[in-house]
Amino acid sequence: MVETTSYRSNIMICAGTGCVANGSLKLKDALAIELIRRGLQNEVKIVLTGCNGFCAKGPVIVVYPEDIFYQQVKAEDVPHLVEEHFIKGRPVQKFLYTPPARTEAIPVMSEIPFFKHQVLRALRNRSLIDAEKIEEYIARDGYLAAGKALTEMTPEQIVTEMKSSGLRGRGGAGFLSGLKWELCARVPGEIKYILCNGDEGDPGAFMDRSIMEADPHSVLEGMIIAAKAIGAHYGYIYVRAEYPLAVSRLQLAIDQAMEQGLLGKDILGSGFDLDIEIYQGAGAFVCGEETALMASIEGKRGMPRAKPPFPAVKGLWQRPSVLNNVETFANVPPIILNGAEWFAGIGSEKSKGTKVFALSGALNNIGLVEVPMGIPLRTIIQDIGGGIKGNRKYKAVQLGGPSGGCIPESLLDTPVDYENINKTGAIMGSGGMVVMDETTCMPAMAKFFLEFTEDESCGKCVPCRVGNKTLLNILERITNGEGREGDIELLETLSLQVKESSLCGLGQTSPNPVLTTIRYFRDEYEAHIKEHRCPARVCTPLVKFVVDQEKCKMCGLCFKACPAGAIVWEKKKPAYIDPEKCTKCKSCIKACRFWSID
Amino acid sequence: MAKLTIADLKKIKDEYRANQTLREGAFTVKVTVHMGTCGIAAGARGIMDTVMADLAASGRKDVVITTSGCAGLCSKEPMMTVERSGDSPVRYVALTPDKTHRIFAEHVMGGTAVKDFALVAGHETTY
Repeated sequence: MVETTSYRSNIMICAGTGCVANGSLKLKDALAIELIRRGLQNEVKIVLTGCNGFCAKGPVIVVYPEDIFYQQVKAEDVPHLVEEHFIKGRPVQKFLYTPPARTEAIPVMSEIPFFKHQVLRALRNRSLIDAEKIEEYIARDGYLAAGKALTEMTPEQIVTEMKSSGLRGRGGAGFLSGLKWELCARVPGEIKYILCNGDEGDPGAFMDRSIMEADPHSVLEGMIIAAKAIGAHYGYIYVRAEYPLAVSRLQLAIDQAMEQGLLGKDILGSGFDLDIEIYQGAGAFVCGEETALMASIEGKRGMPRAKPPFPAVKGLWQRPSVLNNVETFANVPPIILNGAEWFAGIGSEKSKGTKVFALSGALNNIGLVEVPMGIPLRTIIQDIGGGIKGNRKYKAVQLGGPSGGCIPESLLDTPVDYENINKTGAIMGSGGMVVMDETTCMPAMAKFFLEFTEDESCGKCVPCRVGNKTLLNILERITNGEGREGDIELLETLSLQVKESSLCGLGQTSPNPVLTTIRYFRDEYEAHIKEHRCPARVCTPLVKFVVDQEKCKMCGLCFKACPAGAIVWEKKKPAYIDPEKCTKCKSCIKACRFWSID
Repeated sequence: MAKLTIADLKKIKDEYRANQTLREGAFTVKVTVHMGTCGIAAGARGIMDTVMADLAASGRKDVVITTSGCAGLCSKEPMMTVERSGDSPVRYVALTPDKTHRIFAEHVMGGTAVKDFALVAGHETTY
C-alpha cells in the first residue's frame, strides 16, 4: 500500500471544478505521457488536488519542492514545461504569475500576494493532498482529532472546548457552534441526528463545494466529533445534486472511512458508532434553511416551519438534531487537536478564527481565499483580489449573496467580522463576495437579487411570497424608466415589513440588497426616477444612445464594435449614432473607454 | 480490511507523511544537480540517476533532489550542490557516478563535505 518509490518532485494539479472546466484533466494526461516519454515517471509524481483557490488562472499547478506556481498551462505546453523545469531545472517564465501593475513574475507560490495574505485552517490541506486518498488526509493529522475526541474526551469536554474556541456557524448567521451542540447534548433522547448543510445556493458562492471536493474527510471528521458531543449515531450530509463532483468525492470518502473503521460500528475501537449518508437536494435555495432542509430529508416539500421548537430539541423526524455548515465542520478537527486557545489566537474580539470567501466579479484575481477574521475588506479586494479589472473603478462589493448587502468604497476599511459587517447593513453570509465596478447599476443589481429570492421563495408565508414580488415590481418599473415619486420610500417601508414579518431567514434577509443599495446609492435611484437616467448605462430603456460630442475622443472604438452599422465616424471627427439603425445592444457603451455615450 | 486503531492511524501518518515532506518544505538536505545543456552533455543524467538510487536505498525522507540550469562553469560539469540546513552549500565538480556515491554517503548522509571533489563552499554574491 505504501509507495516504495521516492520521488524527487511532486506536481500538484488542481482538479477543482474551475480547473477541470479549463482542461486540467487533459493536462494531467499529457503530463503523464510526457514524463514516461522522458523516463521521469519514477522521479516526478503527479497528484490531483482539490481547488487551489486561484480559479481565475486555471488550470493551475504547483511544483514541489520548489513551490513554483504555474498558471494557465495547456496540454500542448507540456513538452516544453517538462524539458525546462524537470530536466533543466529552470522555472518556465511564460507560465509564472505576474500580479497586475507589476512587470516581474513571481515564481514561488507563498510569495504571491494572492496566497501570502491567506491563513489556511478550514482549507488546511489545500493543494497539499489528493482528495481521493484517505492516507494522504491521515498523513496530515487526519482523524487524530476524532481519535482524541472518541477515546480521551467526554461529550462535556468537547462542548467546553468548542465553546471556548469561539467558533461561530460559518453558514452565515454566526451562532456559537459549541452552544448549539450543548443545547442538543442536554436534551435527553436515544436517537439524535448530526446534519451537515452543503446546500450552498447563493449566486457567486462556492466555498462549501470546494471544501467538499478538496477535503471531504475533514467534513466527516468534524461530524464524528460533533456526533460524539451530542450523542448522535446517525448523520446526513445534505448536498445539492448540482454538485456532482462534491457528491462523488464525499461518497468515496464515506466508503473509505467505512472500510477503515473510521465510520460505522465501534470507530477506532472506541465503542462509538456513527453512520453517515448523503442526501441529495434538488437545488432549492430555501432548503439551506435548517427546518426546510430537515423537511426535505424527511421526503416532504422543502418548507421552513416556525421555531421554537428549535432543531436541537425537535429536529429531523422530531428528534434532537444539530445542523452545521460544511466549513464549520472543517474547522472542528484542528480545534480538538490544537485546543481552543490556538483557534481563538487569531481573529477579532467576537469573531475568532478564519473565514473562507469566494471572490468573484470585477476583480483581477477571482477564486477561493481564507483570511483571518477582522482583516480589512480593502486588503481582500486590493491585495488578494488584485484590484479591479481593466482600469475601472471599484463601486461596491455584495457580501452574503441575495441575503446580504453591498458595501461601498467609503466603508472598505471595515474589518471583516460578524459584528462590523452587520453594521454596514450587509451580512457575513456564507462567504460569497461579488465585486462590482462602475459599470454596475445598483437598482438593477437589487432587481437581479430580488428576481432570485422571489423565484426561490417557498410561498408558505405571505410577507415573503407577496412582499418580495411587490418589491420586484417596483424595481422593475424603476429600471424601466417608469419610476414614480415616492417609490424609494415605498421600497424602504415595504422592505422593513418583509424583514420583520417573514417566517424564515429567506424573507428576513431578502430585502437587504434593496435597503443597502438605497442607503449607499440613493442618488442612482433618484437619477432613474427623477431624471430618467441610468448613470451606469445599464438599464436600456433609460439610455439615450447619443454620443456626447465634447467628451468623444474620436477614437472609433464604438464604430468598430457596432454590429448594426449604426455609428457614423471618420478619423478626427466625433462619432454619431444613427437612431434609425441602432438596435440598442450597448456594444458601443461597452467599447467606449471615456463614458462618452449617454 | 481490518479496522484501524489509533495506533494504526499514527503508523499510516508516519509512512505517508514522509512522502509528503516535499510539499511542506520540511527537508534537511537539498541536493541540486545542475542540468543545463552543458551538464546534460557531460553526463548529469547519470549523476541524477545515481543520487535518486542512493536516496531510495537509504530510505531517507528528509532529502530533496532538485535540478537547476547551468551553474556557469561548463568545463567542470557535471556539477552538483549539496546544502545541509545550517551549513553553507558545497558545490562539487567533474562528477562521476562513483564520486557521487561517495558524496552521498559522506556528505548527504554523514554530514562531512568531501573535500577531494569540492570546488567551493558558499554562494556567489548576487545583487
